[in-house]
Order: sequence, then structure tokens, then C-alpha cells
Amino acid sequence: MIVAALSGRTVGVDLAYLVAAALFILGLRGLSSPRSARRGNLTAAAGMVIAIVASLVGEHPSAGVIGLALAAVLVGTLVGAISARRVRMTAMPQMVAAFNGVGGGAASTVAIVSVLATHHGGASLASVASVLSVAIGAISLAGSAIAFAKLQELMTGRPITYGGQQLVNGAVLLVVVVAMAVVAAAPTDHLVLAVLVAAALVLGVAFVLPIGGADMPVVISLLNAFTGLAVAATGFVVNSTVVIIGGTLVGASGTLLTKLMSDAMGRSLANILFAAVGSAPAGGAAVEGVPEGATVRSGTADDIGTMLAYAQKVVIVPGYGLAVAQAQHAVRDLARALEARGVEVSFGIHPVAGRMPGHMNVLLAEADIPYEQLHDLEQANEEFRTTDVVLVVGANDVVNPAARTQSSSPIYGMPILNVDEAKTVVFLKRSMRPGFAGVDNPLFYNPKSVMLFGDAKASLSALVAAVKAA
Amino acid sequence: MTASELNDLTVLVLGAFIGYEVISRVPTILHTPLMSGSNAIHGIILAGALGILFGAHGTLEVTLGVVAVVLATINVVGGFVVTDRMLEMFKGRRGQS
Repeated sequence: MIVAALSGRTVGVDLAYLVAAALFILGLRGLSSPRSARRGNLTAAAGMVIAIVASLVGEHPSAGVIGLALAAVLVGTLVGAISARRVRMTAMPQMVAAFNGVGGGAASTVAIVSVLATHHGGASLASVASVLSVAIGAISLAGSAIAFAKLQELMTGRPITYGGQQLVNGAVLLVVVVAMAVVAAAPTDHLVLAVLVAAALVLGVAFVLPIGGADMPVVISLLNAFTGLAVAATGFVVNSTVVIIGGTLVGASGTLLTKLMSDAMGRSLANILFAAVGSAPAGGAAVEGVPEGATVRSGTADDIGTMLAYAQKVVIVPGYGLAVAQAQHAVRDLARALEARGVEVSFGIHPVAGRMPGHMNVLLAEADIPYEQLHDLEQANEEFRTTDVVLVVGANDVVNPAARTQSSSPIYGMPILNVDEAKTVVFLKRSMRPGFAGVDNPLFYNPKSVMLFGDAKASLSALVAAVKAA
Repeated sequence: MTASELNDLTVLVLGAFIGYEVISRVPTILHTPLMSGSNAIHGIILAGALGILFGAHGTLEVTLGVVAVVLATINVVGGFVVTDRMLEMFKGRRGQS
């Protein structure tokens, strides 16, 4: 294998790899607090530069190849940097999906070339690692592409299902596994290698199609872990410890993050991947816990603004509707107007608010809201009992008490923000349309709830004016 | 299994434990930057991609090598830049004007 060409490592290179690996770990550690996070990211980036430079030592490519490599790096840098600078914060999930996909594609391609460069058959640790990387990397690339398309709304965000889908997917998986075994045993069989690549790409597409847009964050996190594994496997192929470490760190962290996210949704990973949740369009089905003929109370911006202005403690619960309406700055203005009157304001943020875990925090940080005010599920749930008004902006499922009480509800078991414990709950909503999961919310019909209908941004601006006038 | 392969496996297993431990300390508020930051780290595949390109024979291998280098570079550069952009926005009360 190509290993021979790369194994002429020196002690210096290995030391550089050790330093790089330590910097990766320190960098990830830095992300444990908003104060040190930016430095952490730069630390990891420094480790990356060291690792890449060290990997060049001992290579003696021709001038032509050096030119090609430089051009390739230049193109990649431009594409990566420009898209990273330009992307809107609301589009962050699909950006991460895209960067993840290209990483998977790179890992797969490296492994493909290493198989092509193998001229004598026989299974080895390297050949097993190669086929793992080819397959997982290609699945990650194709899966990320579909996740990107769903989030970017290039295709429907609803699950795409058809009869016998699980069987078809199972068959494709079987083809992938058999092809992996054949190529691992006889790496010189390039026809089967081509079959493996094609089947893995199909599997990546097929496995993400039936998953709804709301569950895409979990898929991206899982695919991130996949790419990490593919990269780690490639590390065995090219015999590079630092590639193994980098890939493994991501594989492990992605796995953990995937688990944390499914926990936050109160569902098992299997349910998210295979249950096609969100496929049934929201129907007019009767909701348990909503009394027959129950009505919702709707209020005016003036009344609600006055109520907020004379409250002692207000918690704002933002959902993705806030981001859709581009209302982050309006909500900041409202928080500042309330604080100017001495009202205690904080934000209660559900772990899956937004389109990826932690997404809402990024959107609010972009609007200059200090991170001390951003409270997670546990912190917020301790506060609601003593809160006068909760303002729910464009969120529904994450505050739906049906998750606690109705075992028949699709969101039953999901940890929610217990906003119903506050004295008054104000919902800013465009209409009575249910949320992403297509579930009605009994809290809307509770006497302590008030609705303020309209575009979130316009409603928030009206509230700011009302608070200032109160 | 050779000594070098065993070494690599050791690194793999220890790396997995460290990754798990380090990440479990990250608060939910930073999960998006965490995802994109760790995403950037698997861009280390660029080291492998460059090695493959430098050792490539024939048009097919060279072409695939170039593709791998471009993709891996997008992963690395895009990942770190976008993470930095996000983290730059996280400011405490003191950091505000």
C-alpha cells in the first residue's frame, strides 16, 4: 500500500504530531466556557497548521504535483473561507452539514486512492480500514448532501417514505457490507470498489430521505461522528497517528453529542432515524387535555406591553420562529427596554431550540445578548415558579405540557421548559398552526395564557413601543 | 498485527475516551460551535490527502488526490473560520459597550 511511501517518519514529525494532538484536546477543552471558547478554537487551528506542515516533511513530490497541490489548497481555502464568512447564522446547520460532507468525501477519496495504489491482494489491517473509510466517508458525503438540501429547502423537509423502504435500505446496506468484505480481501478488484462507492452513496441518500427536517440536527451530528470515524480509519491507511487522533476525537464527541440531542428530544436514536416522524401533515385531530369548545385568549400589544413593564421577572423563550422572522434584534430591544425599567429578564433556551443544538444561543449572541442571560433547560426550569410573565416567541413543542402528561403524544417524554408554572404565559404566534411536530398545545387554551398574533418581529417592535410608553 | 499497528489501535482507543470526556464538559449553550469546531478538526484528513496526492501515479490517482485536497481544505478552513465567527459573538456583560 501507499503506507510504504508515508512511513518514513522521523522523530521530529512524530513530536510535531504529539503537539498537534495536545492542541486539539486543549482546544476542545477551551469550548467548555464561552470565555475561553474562541481561544480554544484558535488553539485547535494552530494544532492543525502544525500537523499539516509536519505531514509535508519527507515528501519529495515533483514540481508539477506541488503546483497542483498549491492550487487545490488555494481553491479549497477560498471556497471554505468565503462561504464561512458569508453564511447567515440562521443557515448554520446546513453550513455545518456541507463542511461535514466535504470532509467525509475527502476521507473516502483518500481511501479510494490508497486502494487503487495497492498492487498486491490480501487482507490487512490497512485494507480493512480502507474499505471502512471508503464506505463511511461516502455515506457521510451523500447523507450530508441530503441534509443540506432539506435544511436549505431545496427539497421538502418532510420525511420521504414509500412502501418497503426499510427492505430496500436493508438490501443496499447488504450490498455495501458484501462489497466491503470483497474489497478488503482483494483490494485489487477495482470493479467491486466502484460498486462499493456507488452503493455507499445510495445508502447515504436513502438513509436520510425518510428523516424529517426537525430531526436533521441529530442526523448532522451523527454524520459528523461518521466522518470522524472515516477519518480515523483513513489514519490507519496512511499510517498517521495525528489523523487517527483527530478523527477519533470527532468520532467520540459526535457520538456523545448525538446521544445528548436524542435525550433532549426524549426519543431514542433508532426512533429518530427510522420512525419518519413528522410525515403526517398536521390534522384537526382532537387533542387530549383540551376541553371541548375551548378557546384561546388573544391580547393586544398595548395590554401585554403594560403587563411586561410592570412585571418583576420576565423569561423569554425563543424558538425557531424567532429566527425565521429575523427578530433577534427586536427581542434584544425588548429585553433592554424591560431592563431599563428594572425588570429582571432572562432567556430560557431549550437544547433543541433552533435547527441544531445550541443554535438559538448563537442567534441571540449575534444580537449582542450577553451569554449570562442565556439560561439552559435546568436553570430556566428553576425560575419559572417565580416568574411573572413568560414570553414564548415562535416556539411550541418545547413548551408543550403534553410532553409531560399525554402518553399518546408524539412528543411525550421530551424534556420541556415548564413555562406553565409561571403566572402568565404570552405566546407570540403567526397563527394557530401547530409546530414542527404537528402537535397541538393544550397550554394555548389555559386561562393563564394570552396570544399575540402576528409576525414575531412586528409584534416585538409593538411590545417595545408599549413598554416604553407604559 | 505489527507493533506499529498495535500502537495505532492504542491511540484510537485512548483518543475515543479523551474525546468523550472533553466533550461532556461543554455546556449546551456552546453545542453549535462545538459541532462546527470538531467538524473542523476532522479536516486533519488534509494531511492524508496531501500525502496521497504526492504519492499518486497516473491521471486517475492525481485527479482524485486533487479532489481530496480541495474537499479537505474546504473542511478545515471553512470549519475554523465559521466557528471563530460564531464564538466572536459570544460576549459577557463586561464585553459590551
